[in-house]
Amino acid sequence: MYDPNTIPKKHLLSLQLDLKKFEPATEEEKRQTDQMRESTTFFRDGMRKLVKNPLAMASIVVLVLIIVTIFVAPLIVPYGYQDMITVDGKRDKTATNLAPFTYSELEQKAIESGESIFPHIFGTDELGRDYFIRTIYGTRVSLAVGLFASIIVLIIGLLYGSISGYTGGKTDIIMMRIVDIIYSLPDMLMVILLSVVLDAVLKNALTGTALAKIGTNMISLFIVFGLLYWVGMARLVRGQILTIKNNEYILAAKAIGAKPGRIIRKHVLPNCMSVIIISTALQIPSAIFTESFLSFVGLGVQAPMPSLGSLANAARGGLGSYPYKMIFPALMICLIVLAFNLLGDGLRDAFDPRLRR
Amino acid sequence: MWKYVLKRLLLAALTVFIIITITFFAMNAIPGGPFASEKAPSPDVKAVLEERYNLNKPLGEQYLLYLNDLLHGDFGVSLKTGRDISTTISDSFGISAKLGLMAVGVALVFGLIFGCIAALTRNKWPDRAIIFFTTLFVSVPSFVLATLLLLIFCLQLKWFSVWSTTSQNYFLPVLSLALYPMSYITRLTKTSMLDVMGQDYIRTAQAKGVSHFLVIAKHALRNALIPVITYVGPMTAYILTGSMVVETVFTIGGLGTKFVSSIANRDYTMIMATTIFLAVLMVLATLISDLLYKAVDPRIKFE
Repeated sequence: MYDPNTIPKKHLLSLQLDLKKFEPATEEEKRQTDQMRESTTFFRDGMRKLVKNPLAMASIVVLVLIIVTIFVAPLIVPYGYQDMITVDGKRDKTATNLAPFTYSELEQKAIESGESIFPHIFGTDELGRDYFIRTIYGTRVSLAVGLFASIIVLIIGLLYGSISGYTGGKTDIIMMRIVDIIYSLPDMLMVILLSVVLDAVLKNALTGTALAKIGTNMISLFIVFGLLYWVGMARLVRGQILTIKNNEYILAAKAIGAKPGRIIRKHVLPNCMSVIIISTALQIPSAIFTESFLSFVGLGVQAPMPSLGSLANAARGGLGSYPYKMIFPALMICLIVLAFNLLGDGLRDAFDPRLRR
Repeated sequence: MWKYVLKRLLLAALTVFIIITITFFAMNAIPGGPFASEKAPSPDVKAVLEERYNLNKPLGEQYLLYLNDLLHGDFGVSLKTGRDISTTISDSFGISAKLGLMAVGVALVFGLIFGCIAALTRNKWPDRAIIFFTTLFVSVPSFVLATLLLLIFCLQLKWFSVWSTTSQNYFLPVLSLALYPMSYITRLTKTSMLDVMGQDYIRTAQAKGVSHFLVIAKHALRNALIPVITYVGPMTAYILTGSMVVETVFTIGGLGTKFVSSIANRDYTMIMATTIFLAVLMVLATLISDLLYKAVDPRIKFE
């Protein structure tokens, strides 16, 4: 510590501070300056912002509730999605088109004789199948399509975009021309066209194999999504990589002899992860949208297996008499898409580096 | 500038060509030819038919002949009805075009108005209400919206009669087609308006004493319009595909209904022909919106 008295005074016009005018800080004052903000990582900071966003948190709650329901409900509800209602082992022909929470005549008799019958929460459909369980399975199918389609898009787009962006030069130009052309095709029409064709082709090729169980429509849906929607992701990843690869730490990694694959995995991809995750989260509702649209025009999943779009399409016939059959799957689609959209917006606000200050 | 226009025209032509090629080979990949139905004609008749539709020629030659027919506006005949597809398309396209154009108009006008209101009343209740509803509407698929509107206003409240040849009320179909693009345009306009309103030239105009209305209409809105123009291409695509569903729900006999029924009937030639027709329309819309975008904003350079 300096003693103010021992420091020699410089000449008259010196700007040197006069230390006599200062006094040493007390211990308590020192502690006050030590109180810094807790150090935070990019992820933790983003999560903090996300938790503060009520809309995003509400949509997470809604989505978790939906996911829990679609796994738990089939265990509780004693009906199958393709089984007609039976009473005492006999098919109950009166149990068609029941309104929510009502029972058919046979069921009513069974209840009066002391049996307990699980209520039809959403009623039954025109073939006497429990509509609640069909809606649950429809939700399962729609969510599965949305999720898998997004994963396929993510994988193809990530690989293609990172190779194109990292390699650069002629490879990049050629790869991006291909992307440009696929990008300019009208996607929805191509989806319709290709799923019609693939469905017809796969039906012949797959009969008898294990894949046929999933349904050719479902497989052709995945292939079509994979073929068309990866281009957006590839462009995004490429753009990110182009900005990242000129950074000094990449040069440093190259200088110590890291191979391109390692640099992409260890340095480049973690840095563009946030943008990729946001885009994937927003891809899910758009895939659900497309699937329900295709099912609605009659191209979606195959007959006994319901999807929300095909349920809505089937309900169109008796819209005047049984409006609830339209309302339940329609509400479910809206709820899922809205929740994913809000969650995606929330994620973008929390994690997108372009929106951060 | 002309170099850019030429480049875009070439890209559009290439896209159309690729669409036609994909369509043609997809059509031929489908198992079972046009005459493989249950009422199989005798070998002699089949030979005559194949001769007439050039099906006995090699695939490459068939492709060239198909291209040639397309250039003359000939899409071939429907597999199910045997009628000429070109006349079917031209007969049914009129009503779809009317519906689509009305939807585009409604989406643009109301989208811009609501977007401006939301931007000018930022964080006050009109803004919050508009953002709430637009977030809601972009999450509702067009078929859900169309059926719900039909259910509520036609069947329950009976405010509108159900579509028939004698009573054609476009209100509900246009509404269900336009709500999604309108919400999108509203959000787009809001963000770009907020961006423009913060610019220096707006403050200059206000400082000069230009009236509030003129500042918004002349200085702000014109610049805020630019991002909206880029959305015209995707919007056309949305409305053309959306009209398939909306027309089916409201039982309007337009091109969309034809397309959906041809899918249900697995009428392959009809599906292919309509796809090509709609795809060309979409590519043209994208081309026009891109060129307009570059033409309107002098700051954007032509590459």
